[in-house]
Amino acid sequence: MVLKAFFPTCCVSVDSGLLVGRWVPEHSSAVVLAVLHFPFIPIQVKQLLAQVRQASQVGVAVLGTWCHCRQEPEESLGRFLEGLGAVFPHEPWLQLCRERGGTFWRCEVTHRQAPAAPSAPGEDQVMLIFYDQRQVLLSQLHPPTVLPDCQAGATPASTGGLAVVFDTVARSEVLFRSDRFDEGPVRLSHWQSEGVEASILVELARRASGPVCLLLASLLSLVSAVGACRVFRLWPLSFLGSKLSTCEQLRHRLEHLTLIFSTRKAENSAQLMRKANTVASVLLDVALGLTLLSWLHGRSRIGHLADALVPVADHVAEELQHLLQWLMGAPAGLKMNRALDQVLGRFFLYHIHLWISYIHLMSPFVEHILWHVGLSACLGLTVALSLLSDIIALLTFHIYCFYVYGARLYCLKIHGLSSLWRLFRGKKWNVLRQRVDSCSYDLDQLFIGTLLFTILLFLLPTTALYYLVFTLLRLLVVAVQGLIHLLVDLINSLPLYSLGLRLCRPYRLAAGVKFRVLQHEAGRPLRLLMQINPLPYSRVMHTYRLPSCGCHPKDSWGALCRKLFFGELIYPWRQRGDKQD
Amino acid sequence: MVTRLPEAGLERARRLGRAIAVERRAVRCWRPSRGIMEDERSFSDICGGRLALQRRYYSPSCREFCLSCPRLSLRSLTAVTCTVWLAAYGLFTLCENSMILSAAIFITLLGLLGYLHFVKIDQETLLIIDSLGIQMTSSYASGKESTTFIEMGKVKDIVINEAIYMQKVIYYLCILLKDPVEPHRISQVVPVFQSAKPRLDCLIEVYRSCQEILAHQKATSTSP
Repeated sequence: MVLKAFFPTCCVSVDSGLLVGRWVPEHSSAVVLAVLHFPFIPIQVKQLLAQVRQASQVGVAVLGTWCHCRQEPEESLGRFLEGLGAVFPHEPWLQLCRERGGTFWRCEVTHRQAPAAPSAPGEDQVMLIFYDQRQVLLSQLHPPTVLPDCQAGATPASTGGLAVVFDTVARSEVLFRSDRFDEGPVRLSHWQSEGVEASILVELARRASGPVCLLLASLLSLVSAVGACRVFRLWPLSFLGSKLSTCEQLRHRLEHLTLIFSTRKAENSAQLMRKANTVASVLLDVALGLTLLSWLHGRSRIGHLADALVPVADHVAEELQHLLQWLMGAPAGLKMNRALDQVLGRFFLYHIHLWISYIHLMSPFVEHILWHVGLSACLGLTVALSLLSDIIALLTFHIYCFYVYGARLYCLKIHGLSSLWRLFRGKKWNVLRQRVDSCSYDLDQLFIGTLLFTILLFLLPTTALYYLVFTLLRLLVVAVQGLIHLLVDLINSLPLYSLGLRLCRPYRLAAGVKFRVLQHEAGRPLRLLMQINPLPYSRVMHTYRLPSCGCHPKDSWGALCRKLFFGELIYPWRQRGDKQD
Repeated sequence: MVTRLPEAGLERARRLGRAIAVERRAVRCWRPSRGIMEDERSFSDICGGRLALQRRYYSPSCREFCLSCPRLSLRSLTAVTCTVWLAAYGLFTLCENSMILSAAIFITLLGLLGYLHFVKIDQETLLIIDSLGIQMTSSYASGKESTTFIEMGKVKDIVINEAIYMQKVIYYLCILLKDPVEPHRISQVVPVFQSAKPRLDCLIEVYRSCQEILAHQKATSTSP
């Protein structure tokens, strides 16, 4: 196999020295982590490498020599470098050489022992692959390959060679902790040798986060204890709590806040990203909510809204009355059954009358209610939107009631018709065997059955029309609520931190790598530049989406149409944990 | 908008700094330049359009194949623009609203930018490096490049496959990937040169070169 030497771009113009890194025999690759400069004492070097091996569990060793000199190296230097091979025994021994100011490199590989498999002459080719150490250290491959905890470099051959390189660089952080200003026994060159990277703000935040998290976590546990107390389990409150989307959204946010302020450290990078995304989502929510709050409370908009609300409700009720008058006449030229029409129409009209009186009763309190509801926007835009959705549901409660009446009536009629149709043909539904069986009826049974069948059949158009009209209205309200829920879902589950990271630091989220062939000359080793291939935005969204409330439409379109045809009630938004109907 | 006739061969020669006039049906010749063997030939794709295949042999273990598609033609661009603007003018005479005309201009511009950035692929490159992997790059007309790299450990083989495409049966080159759980099964088929769609003669050239490298890699690899 061609020998691959991974060389960091930060060490391309450093002084001569020893190559320190890890040798992976399965992939025949040498990962160079740092360059150790002359002068050094071999005992100290070996001690340092043993310390690093123990701390990082990576098989770090001296891989060879690096020579960066003015012209072709003299023979004495060449013999000195070869002599080093005896001090630090490593198989194979690499010798990289570059002229100061030149572009082309030289690389020699010495095998001490004879190779196990006989290879053709001239087979010992070397490929130089340059990599940016900082980017490879900080980046994270997707999908993450789980490498087993290995001692001194034993890896299964099935894992990719590049995952091993990334893993090696990431785990050798302890080697990069010293910079050239430290007075240590050895002088290393790596990506941090010009000065260790750190940020004062990050350090301060880290120190402060401990006690702050403790305080907030205790507060949140108090809140959730209050929320879980027995009063809320009793029937009216628990029913309301499950039906109102505001309570669901508040519960969801409480869960998020508990996650953010929990005192347990994130175990792996996926959990860390989850925490960061949750923080970003909560911050965005609160920021948008505060904007909405300032817009609502400025220039007495709440007053205008409250003044407009009761006339709008009145207007809706009036339109419904007109609709019912139209249905009671001859709607679209269809001829209705007069008696049934009048009964249903009057019943619904009385309902609307009750509703209008209720609204007028509530009208003095509307402004106060709206003002307090507007305050809830400081908890987040999602809470405000859920409240809006609940208010719409409450205001169109009469439409919901009409839909339920119409649907029940229609459903009863359809079941009656199907059962009497079977009687008409002389058949019966066998409950025991769950199938249709023939049955001999008496004459009076047949007579009454046929009579009822005819009555129901001729009353069907009227009922069907009322059902159709109120179902359409109900579907309209459901569509509006659905749009609001969609928006809430979007804010809840958008992974803002990951998207921002992909935009500003694309090397952190890596889908893979890409190679570029650098200038090549015959007789010299092939040189490649390895760069990080960032994850596409669609995959970032897919991988780091936060789990949403779970309010998704359960029925497919076919099932929905079937339910509508048979008059079964549709509950398009089922919350998590609801019992099946 | 710069539109170039599909004389990719001439463009390449100019870039290399050589003043050799290359005919459209170029004669194959190996030009060793500083250790890189370069070669350029003209082929056609399944619809009859002109393609230029440029091969670079960096070393015995590293080869690159670059297929350039015909550029955006002025004729089709003019035709589409005229159609859209005529339709917008027709609507304008009906509705007497000048917003339609500005909207048509915006749509044309945005559509052209979107087409150049997301749809029109200028060049497709296949880089095969022994014992490292295979890299496929697509360069779009706006300069965007999208790269995929497959490690050699995952590659089972490179084959030429047949497929039914609309009303034709075409040949395409594809990379077979190994199943990580069971090495003898094929988990995925990755087609190469999907938007250039060269004919069989071009595919055979690429196939032969890739098989040389794969054979060499299989002979010297340590794992089964």
